Amino acid sequence: MSGAGQDWEDESPERLYVITGGRSGAAAQTFSLDLVTLIVAKAAPRPGIQPEHAAIMRLCHSPLSVAELSAYLKLPVSVVTVLLGDLLADGRVVARAPVPPAELPDRSLIEAVIHGLQQL
Amino acid sequence: MDFNSSDPAAGQALAEQPVAGQALAAEPVAGPRSEDALPDSATAAVKVVIVGGFGVGKTTLVGAVSEIRPLTTEETMTQAGVGVDDTLGIERKTSTTVAMDFGRISLNEELVLYLFGTPGQQRFWFLWNGLFDGALGAVVLVDTRRLEVSFDVIGRLEERGVPFVVAINSFPEAPKHDVEELREALDLPPEVPIVDCDARLRTSSRDVLMTLMHYLHHLAVTSEAS
Ligand SMILES: Nc1nc2c(ncn2[C@@H]2O[C@H](COP(=O)(O)OP(=O)(O)O)[C@@H](O)[C@H]2O)c(=O)[nH]1
Ligand SMILES: [Mg+2]
Repeated sequence: MSGAGQDWEDESPERLYVITGGRSGAAAQTFSLDLVTLIVAKAAPRPGIQPEHAAIMRLCHSPLSVAELSAYLKLPVSVVTVLLGDLLADGRVVARAPVPPAELPDRSLIEAVIHGLQQL
Repeated sequence: MDFNSSDPAAGQALAEQPVAGQALAAEPVAGPRSEDALPDSATAAVKVVIVGGFGVGKTTLVGAVSEIRPLTTEETMTQAGVGVDDTLGIERKTSTTVAMDFGRISLNEELVLYLFGTPGQQRFWFLWNGLFDGALGAVVLVDTRRLEVSFDVIGRLEERGVPFVVAINSFPEAPKHDVEELREALDLPPEVPIVDCDARLRTSSRDVLMTLMHYLHHLAVTSEAS
């Protein structure tokens, strides 16, 4: 993405617009990304890719939720989602979808949660 | 970390600026500590939302049970024509930054539970796209000194069909209460569990989540039977 590296230290709100290239929204639907979708990188980032993409790929060497990515990157969820859309489209990360809402409330799932909480 | 400033009760105006100063720094982003990394076997995640007014103990509860130090995530929301400070009556878009603290519990090798503590302005967190979609359920955290805060929350959860339990956080100065009186005051149906808790204690906070799960289990069994 042209120019992405130059105003790297620009802290203006416009920075977010630059990061996403002004795009918004669609990736969340396209890839059904939820706050708790777990993201895992398929490889280490290639040199020269957009710094935010590289940061995501580095963070996701072990599974990390979209919410955690947003927290560590200090970027709004909607911005992270757009960036993830790029990486998912290129197959550079994979998404492990959360349990689909259609399957809720699922008895065996709830039982697994109860069992897990008992260990706490 | 807390985002009290995003709450009107803190006497702050709502943030009008969309997330200033959020660009990545040039140095590498600090990720989770190595002991906080999820195993590669983690394949599915579920979420529970902790809702309640400002200062009721949401972050405390999340922190008490979370295996990681609570993190903060945020979203900028745009809402057409509902400018709260729009004295001119002109239709315009307002954007509001809403922050949430959240924590994590690894339930087993594959399954991870995330807990999201939502901020005080209920009318904003319902705009957070997808926050309640796919959530197992919610915990409404209540401070008996400020019951009225809970009405709106409970109404919205019912509207959305999000199953919830009510947890009364015990503050020393809070008036003693009778559970059935509270049920009536909050206009709750008889099946919705109400429990006392001390959000500072891991066991007590865990028990609140357990109450929610047993309630959800009951609902699942009931719906299977019908
Ligand atoms: N006595 C008492 N204090 C609590 C309890 N839970 C939280 N607090 C305190 O109440 C204050 C607000 O809690 P916090 O978790 O930040 O509230 P939030 O705004 O809902 O996230 C903090 O100083 C907590 O230490 C509780 O169960 N009992
Ligand atoms: Mg808080």
